[in-house]
Amino acid sequence: MGRYVARRLLQMIPVFFGATLLIFLMVNVMGDPIAGLCGERACDTATAAQLKRQFGLDMPLWRQYTTYMGNVFTGDFGSAFNGQPVTQLMASAFPVTIRLTVVAILFEIVIGIALGVVTGLRRGRPVDTSVLVLTLVVISVPTFVTGLLLQLLLGVQWAWIKPSVSPEATFGELIVPGLVLASVSLAYVTRLTRTSLAENRRSDYVRTAVAKGLPRRRIVVRHLLRNSLIPVVTFIGTDIGALMGGAIVTERIFNIHGVGYQLYQGILRQNTQTVVGFVTVLVLVFLVANLLVDLLYAVLDPRIRYA
Amino acid sequence: MTIIDKPADVPAPRPDTDSGTPLLEVRDLHVEFKTRDGVAKAVNGVNYTVSAGETLAVLGESGSGKSVTAQAIMGILDMPPGRIPKGEILFRGEDMLKMSEEERRKIRGRKIAMIFQDALSSLNPVLSVGYQLGEMFRVHLGLSKKDAKARAIELMDRVKIPAAAARVGDYPHQFSGGMRQRIMIAMALALEPDLIIADEPTTALDVTVQAQVMDLLAELQREYNMGLILITHDLGVVADVADKIAVMYAGRIVETAPVHELYKRPAHPYTRGLLDSIPRLDQKGQELYAIKGLPPNLTRIPSGCAFNPRCPKAQDICRTEVPALSLVTEQDGTELPGRGSACHFWKETIHG
Repeated sequence: MGRYVARRLLQMIPVFFGATLLIFLMVNVMGDPIAGLCGERACDTATAAQLKRQFGLDMPLWRQYTTYMGNVFTGDFGSAFNGQPVTQLMASAFPVTIRLTVVAILFEIVIGIALGVVTGLRRGRPVDTSVLVLTLVVISVPTFVTGLLLQLLLGVQWAWIKPSVSPEATFGELIVPGLVLASVSLAYVTRLTRTSLAENRRSDYVRTAVAKGLPRRRIVVRHLLRNSLIPVVTFIGTDIGALMGGAIVTERIFNIHGVGYQLYQGILRQNTQTVVGFVTVLVLVFLVANLLVDLLYAVLDPRIRYA
Repeated sequence: MTIIDKPADVPAPRPDTDSGTPLLEVRDLHVEFKTRDGVAKAVNGVNYTVSAGETLAVLGESGSGKSVTAQAIMGILDMPPGRIPKGEILFRGEDMLKMSEEERRKIRGRKIAMIFQDALSSLNPVLSVGYQLGEMFRVHLGLSKKDAKARAIELMDRVKIPAAAARVGDYPHQFSGGMRQRIMIAMALALEPDLIIADEPTTALDVTVQAQVMDLLAELQREYNMGLILITHDLGVVADVADKIAVMYAGRIVETAPVHELYKRPAHPYTRGLLDSIPRLDQKGQELYAIKGLPPNLTRIPSGCAFNPRCPKAQDICRTEVPALSLVTEQDGTELPGRGSACHFWKETIHG
């Protein structure tokens, strides 16, 4: 196990460098970062040249990259368009996004798995069919539609919630945005749980559990769920990474100042440092989440052993 | 390696069973399944009895209804699509089909236990064998986790798994095929049930291990004086352990007999066919005998005797009239106890 983790951590190094380099190159293709600094007007040539020299943008690209990476390793992620250090932006944005992700994941686990169990055990019954249709609707409607619709109905029409989230972004304020963010994954979790459960219900070991005279509840929880949730756990694990970075739409709709919001601003203002910095951290989050999922896999299924 | 000094190995004395009612009695059992192609009649009026200490072997091809009958007795049929339109399953004189689900659950595992064919898929892959064995004690006897584990080790010792205490935390995939089947046997044996149903317990094992497992099963059965229903299609396995045999075909019992008599003088052409298809060393080089044709489609069982399309002795009456299971007698009319044959021409078959 220890060796496996060490190997996986070492593998992260080339992935990390490759990913950052790619992002760095892509952001450079986006256009002139100086133009973004001057806002709507065009910069005058002298100022632009001076700024270029000041930011080191006149150097060749590989020098820019090595300089940037050198700085990153000393904890300096550069600064945003308004002069705020990127690390400061991260410090304010990540806790908000983490809270949002936690809310979303909780929805996925609680509602998704519960619906999956209910439908999986009652396959072909009315409950199953209606939930199945519902998940199909949720999956096919884009997030910005569900988000805006809920905001309009709950926030504006009925005024049950505040339509936009305050900068503090407490858990209470994040319930509806979290539900919106989770909705598509929630539908997938439901379907995955349902299929997995229905499949395992016919398995020999469940028949054995019945033949042992175990109560139904114990059969479902200890024998059926334990096996059926392995793929679901994998899905939710990888989803954590996706939710952390992919909340751009939801965060825009509800005005949540999280990672998605900052990334959006960075792209809009063509601020290389914000974008590269945030995406780099997200790459790390993805890698770590994947590693944890793989390790969890071995815990859940004893047939899998890492050496 | 047993660390417990409880005298648990001594079999508990059985409650009095000679009061006339057999341990298990199946009466006119019918089971059918709804399929897309119509209703498949898997079991069509099966009768048999098993007493304490007795071994009944149920013999038949795949699809003859032998496993379905066993599942109906255990109450683990998938219903729907399965359905029991008719019949009684009396356990100690009480009809289990009329019991509530909770009453039946309490019998399962505790009074009637089952051993399945494929131990690898029948054991839960993500739970340790110790946990799965201990579960019997925890659920049925309310033992603590620790006590249950101790009993699990004891059981593993009982079925001769080496280093039981060290292996109690292992998972099914870490055991060999024979050891896994021993674990299945241990699980069935855990609460010293009155009746064990073994559904092809040795089919998935290689020949040397088959013998070991069968010996173990027979030994434990004797020791605990349990009734045993042994479902198999292997005539070789049956000969040594069974007391009586019921041969099934298309959901019906076609012949019953004490074990050795069946081998000596079969009274049904199907049984004869089965016996003739055993490869024999003294006929090396000759072509193997096989019953021609295929088992019938259970949604369209042939009229009359279900075996008639494959039977070498079939006459017109076989295609129109279903033969009842009639008593088989000697040529002079003396009764042969325990023998019966569902063939219009049993006389010709046994004495011919």
